[in-house]
Amino acid sequence: MTRKENFLKGFVKENPIFVFLLGMCPALAVTASFETSLGMGILVIFVLTMSNIVISSVRNFIPYEVRTPAYIVIIATFVTIVRMLTAAYAFDLYLSLGVFIPLIVVNCLILGRAEAFASKNSVLDSAIDGFGMGLGFTFALVVIGIFREFLGTGGIMLGVYLPFFGPNEISISLDLIINLFNPDFVSEEYALNFFVVAPGAFIALGMILAFMQGKKAKRVRLEIEESKRLIIKKKNAALAKKATLAKEAS
Amino acid sequence: MSWTVLVVATLNAMLINNVILSQFLGVCPFLGVSKKSSSAVGMSGAVMFVMIVSSLVTYTIYALVLVPFGITYIQTIAFILVIASLVQLVEILIKKFSEGLYKSLGIYLPLITTNCAILGVAEGNISSIYSPEISFFSGLSTAGFTALGTALGFGLVMFAFSSIRERLEAADMSEAWKGIPISLLTAGIMSIAFLGLKGII
Repeated sequence: MTRKENFLKGFVKENPIFVFLLGMCPALAVTASFETSLGMGILVIFVLTMSNIVISSVRNFIPYEVRTPAYIVIIATFVTIVRMLTAAYAFDLYLSLGVFIPLIVVNCLILGRAEAFASKNSVLDSAIDGFGMGLGFTFALVVIGIFREFLGTGGIMLGVYLPFFGPNEISISLDLIINLFNPDFVSEEYALNFFVVAPGAFIALGMILAFMQGKKAKRVRLEIEESKRLIIKKKNAALAKKATLAKEAS
Repeated sequence: MSWTVLVVATLNAMLINNVILSQFLGVCPFLGVSKKSSSAVGMSGAVMFVMIVSSLVTYTIYALVLVPFGITYIQTIAFILVIASLVQLVEILIKKFSEGLYKSLGIYLPLITTNCAILGVAEGNISSIYSPEISFFSGLSTAGFTALGTALGFGLVMFAFSSIRERLEAADMSEAWKGIPISLLTAGIMSIAFLGLKGII
């Protein structure tokens, strides 16, 4: 596997949420809005990359029997650092993520990468793996977040939780286009509030996963049909050859 | 500290703020170990045991060790270490004293360290119950009963969901929805039902 493949595998082929169903708790809990999803993703990228680097650089000193507690302590250290940094620089995000910041420690994705990749590979490869997997996780969270916030409130709000979107709140919605035809229209009045509360999280994630599973099933079905068609084609060719041979013999 | 407060704390944690359906903690075992009713019940028993003990121990450590020495910032590291070693200890003790219990709960115990409901309840107890004003024992008992209610809520939802899922396995449905997607949709409908319990307290 080249370094580029190692980096890109987390997006689609081995996506932690959509394919492996790891880290479902944050995928359901913090995705009510786009910005909280992105914030959580950034925290996970940091913790995953740093813990992968440290674990792979000390992998030869940790006895095999006590490796899991050792990994957990390393991960918990970085989670504590991240918690303090979030409280200092993005306090609104800190409040809205709440208990899910310390819970990054028990996210199956991070311990899983430590166990499956960082404990066996070099420091650079582990860093690339952690960064790519973290980006894949963030990508999945952001997809769910945009889906839920757009359906639930009628638009995407920027600048509420994350400091780098500027001091002013910006709202992106379809109002601008629709108001050309109907000036009284406010898309928030027609939004499905259901999607931003608890039951909506389960149903939105279920719908996204069903969409992906449906595409995969369709692809498998097409492949089977293709191979069947190929077999029939070969069979017909063989029969025709046999018939010509028989004709020549007679 | 009256009994009504403790009963309200238990019911609140069990039905209104249900750990799976409204707080989204412990979703991994909820989706992973709920294919059969028997394994769902075994997992819930193990979770209840570890959750109550770990809540009491982590609350005690926070109130009597971390706060007096002014090192509350290491709470996450301290809690996860306590929970991980506690799970090991419980496993050894059960193996020593009760062979039958070990056979029914033993295989679920190693999975519990990474169950976010345990750490989530321990952290939640600190942020919602602990304050320097209330006495140590009233805080400790509230924490214990919250853990009991949370574990009961976890068991209730796990059992109900595994019973539904046994039927879903045999149902005829489109290829796209089979497995996890239809389970998530079912969980969403159960969550709507639990939203309706908000008015009872």
